[in-house]
Amino acid sequence: MKQPSVELKLPIIPNMELIATQTADVIARHMHLTEDQAGEISMALIEACINAFEHSKAENNVFIHFLIEEDSLVVKVIDQGIGFDKTKVEIPKIENKIGKDERKRGWGLQLIQELMDSVEFESNSEGTTVTMKKNINK
Amino acid sequence: MSDFIKSTKESNQIVIIETDGYLNNEGGEAISAICYDKMKSGQNKFLINMAATKVVNSIGVSILIEIIEKLQEVDGKIGYFNLAPIVSKTFNIMGLTKYSTVFATEEEAVSGL
Repeated sequence: MKQPSVELKLPIIPNMELIATQTADVIARHMHLTEDQAGEISMALIEACINAFEHSKAENNVFIHFLIEEDSLVVKVIDQGIGFDKTKVEIPKIENKIGKDERKRGWGLQLIQELMDSVEFESNSEGTTVTMKKNINK
Repeated sequence: MSDFIKSTKESNQIVIIETDGYLNNEGGEAISAICYDKMKSGQNKFLINMAATKVVNSIGVSILIEIIEKLQEVDGKIGYFNLAPIVSKTFNIMGLTKYSTVFATEEEAVSGL
């Protein structure tokens, strides 16, 4: 039997990422994930959505696909923006930001990678897909 | 006052700000506006009660880093209490806990800041 999935199409409007987190919460309850796991998925999803909204320069919609698998939840955040080169994204450190002119933002990718069990980025000039996976602890 | 700010009060010369809802850029700016205003009148200790803030984003939390930076210039401090587990974890990942303190309760925060 095909694994169930949920798909969302979000307009690029401030705070629309909260619609994605509400859906993630419902799916997490369905999958009997822990509160911590649900919170981590929501936080990673917020950051992936913000990146898609703000940095991709996408003009239309951002698509979120939740794939409910037997032993994991896979979340894909897809934009049709300008893409990015992950190798050029610096790992942020607060020591380099406090008391210096460096901008305080730029934590999204770091948070996503810390909070999810695996993360993959596929990006080119036609858009970016972030695939995040949270394994179910049985 | 922003809807994000539920209340402000003072205890032991500490300004305690109670938030309500999503800590995004607007929420962060609402907190910083209060802190910077109070700092003008010489106050330099702040606590944020985040019991009603279950969701944050890195932009809102980055504004807290800006507040920490400004407080360092006046030998001030900021702390937080009543954090949801994911908010606490986010603060850890972003390193806020190296420069500010997370407390469990208001009582602990007021006596420990």
